[in-house]
Amino acid sequence: MISRRKFFQAGATSALAVLGARRLFAEPQVDPNGCAGVLVDLTRCIGCRACENACRVRAGFGPLPTAAIGYGAGDGKLSFHTRTFIDFRNGGPKLKQPVKRQCMHCLEPACVSVCPVAALEKTAAGPVVYHENICIGCRYCILACPFSVPKYEWDNALMPRVGKCDFCADRQAKDQSPACVASCPTGALKFGKRGGLLQEAKARLDSQPNRYTSIYGEDIVGGTSWIYVSDTAPEELGFPPGLPNEPLPSLTWKAISKLPFVVIGVGLMLSAIVRWRTRNGMEQP
Amino acid sequence: MNEFNWILALFRTVGVLAMMSAAGLACWLLSDRQFPKRVSAVFGWLLLIVLWGLGGYALISRYALGLGAVTNLSDQFPWGIWKALVLCGIAFAAGGFLTACLVYIFRIRMFYPILRPVVLAAYLSYMLSASGALLVDLGRYHQIWRPIFYWQHHSVLFEISWCVMLYTGVLSVEFAPIVLDRLGWMRVSRFVHTITVPFVICGVILSTLHQSSLGSLFLIVPTKLLPLWYTPLLPIFFFLSALISGFAMAIFVSALTFWTFRQPLEPRVLTSLAKGMTPLLLVYLFLRVADLTARNAWVYVFRCPLQGLMFTIEMLLLTLPLFVVLKTRWSGRRRWAFAAAIPVVTGVILNRLNVAWIGLLPATGSHYFPSWIEITVVLNLVSFGVVIFGLAARYLPLFEHPDIGGHHAPGATADMTAIGPLEVSGHV
Repeated sequence: MISRRKFFQAGATSALAVLGARRLFAEPQVDPNGCAGVLVDLTRCIGCRACENACRVRAGFGPLPTAAIGYGAGDGKLSFHTRTFIDFRNGGPKLKQPVKRQCMHCLEPACVSVCPVAALEKTAAGPVVYHENICIGCRYCILACPFSVPKYEWDNALMPRVGKCDFCADRQAKDQSPACVASCPTGALKFGKRGGLLQEAKARLDSQPNRYTSIYGEDIVGGTSWIYVSDTAPEELGFPPGLPNEPLPSLTWKAISKLPFVVIGVGLMLSAIVRWRTRNGMEQP
Repeated sequence: MNEFNWILALFRTVGVLAMMSAAGLACWLLSDRQFPKRVSAVFGWLLLIVLWGLGGYALISRYALGLGAVTNLSDQFPWGIWKALVLCGIAFAAGGFLTACLVYIFRIRMFYPILRPVVLAAYLSYMLSASGALLVDLGRYHQIWRPIFYWQHHSVLFEISWCVMLYTGVLSVEFAPIVLDRLGWMRVSRFVHTITVPFVICGVILSTLHQSSLGSLFLIVPTKLLPLWYTPLLPIFFFLSALISGFAMAIFVSALTFWTFRQPLEPRVLTSLAKGMTPLLLVYLFLRVADLTARNAWVYVFRCPLQGLMFTIEMLLLTLPLFVVLKTRWSGRRRWAFAAAIPVVTGVILNRLNVAWIGLLPATGSHYFPSWIEITVVLNLVSFGVVIFGLAARYLPLFEHPDIGGHHAPGATADMTAIGPLEVSGHV
């Protein structure tokens, strides 16, 4: 049995080590203004689905089948093979407002924080990318994503993958804009630095208050790289209701960051009890 | 494609036959190497053989065809009852760390006899739910070892996977003496005894961590989990209910095993556990009610009928034992302790199912119900646990303890001196 002094020394040392380690383990922050972003102007979207087609071609799934091209056609949801699509189900019963859906590329993504093996990564440039060779297939990212973006390759028996928009990280590395943005004929999609796009969004709202009423993506779940401006309230555009402005990973981090203290506290408590119950070398009844 | 189907049919046949023979062998060993004579025994044999046969079919199909083909999981509802089984099994296994804590840390002599059966049950429950169910559930089950090398300390699941790995080691150390005594390797057994106390302390720490972390798993889905269950206090609730379920599981397992194998057991062992469980249960229920009231979440009992019903059943199951235990003239009887343990075990398991399944349905807009293959796999994993436990009780010195009059399991060496936890770590 260790002496009492050693016991407290060990406790104090580990507490200090934990405090030091917590500083080391602090989340690397992505620059919210300097990272890449896209401004989606829904008032300019005509629902032509050119972005959907370009995305499929770039991801290697082939162009949209001809029969599916048309206003409102298609299966109308994200899937492993559909990383983006135009959602026509929004804006109330009369108005069919087309809304482009894809990964929002959160500044502090829930999917990245929950992945146990770091198969998902928020790169400093902006995109949230998936490293498929690391993935173990736990599907926690699919559950955790507030926008329900990651999808699964359910029919692959051996090496199923998660499918999500990767913001064309490879094209961005070559100074090209994402495939969907490049294909947009009306300028509804604008690629740039997030800070500049946010300023422009606010400028559009200020200068044309009749045309624009809402910005989405500035604060929601800590901010997203994709920012939407429109004349419709975000809830009516089919964005999930009730999301906090606090980044979701911080909800979990509040619990995880306390674990070192639980380890030290429970460890010291139990050692003390063992000492107490075996003092004087006697078994207590 | 035809060729593939032919191969699949072959594999399925082999799998079914192998599992059925394994079931037959297990039954034969369980009934003392004899074939059944009574009708009820024949029925039991058939039940297990059919169940494991179906399990063989289910497992081969899952590994050959993938998750999409055999489960009702979808992009809307990515976690099904296999993940829920992980939560349930680990909560059930809490009895192991609790009993080890009572014996090795608090050194309460009364609980020494139930240590081995409860630790074994916890070990099996742990292995089959955490490792077994995950090997079926993970999309890339062959990469289950990845968290050892790929670290991501922000992930609750990363932390849980480490806790599972480390705690499996701890349980092995706690469980090792049973096997070592049977083999007669006394020196190794004595060495394991000397390192047990630090390992038990680690085990309690690890259990505290990951029992609460299983609750933290769901902190990330504030909009998907119904407010009846979603609360920032989830980790605390999961830990408390695991502790309560630990008491109940210790009662449940020790009562069942000591009665089934006709071993003597002091009544006060069970009733003391039931009494220990009660204040924790009161605290837990008070916190749940206070938390629901503070968050104004009671409306959801009426807003979502299915969830409201499941919530009500869960709360009733956890309240019921209070009435049983608080009646003092009942609490002296161990059958009432047993009667109090069953609703608690069921209630905690229902709580885990509610958090991982029922409570997620409304917001995800899903109508997930497990496929027959998912259910068969769950029943199989549970039955593996029961069968292995039965075999261990028959062939290992599970009831071996100086305090209970030295019963020797059949086949054990007669002059073997069992080493009790008293001699642990040289404190005597």
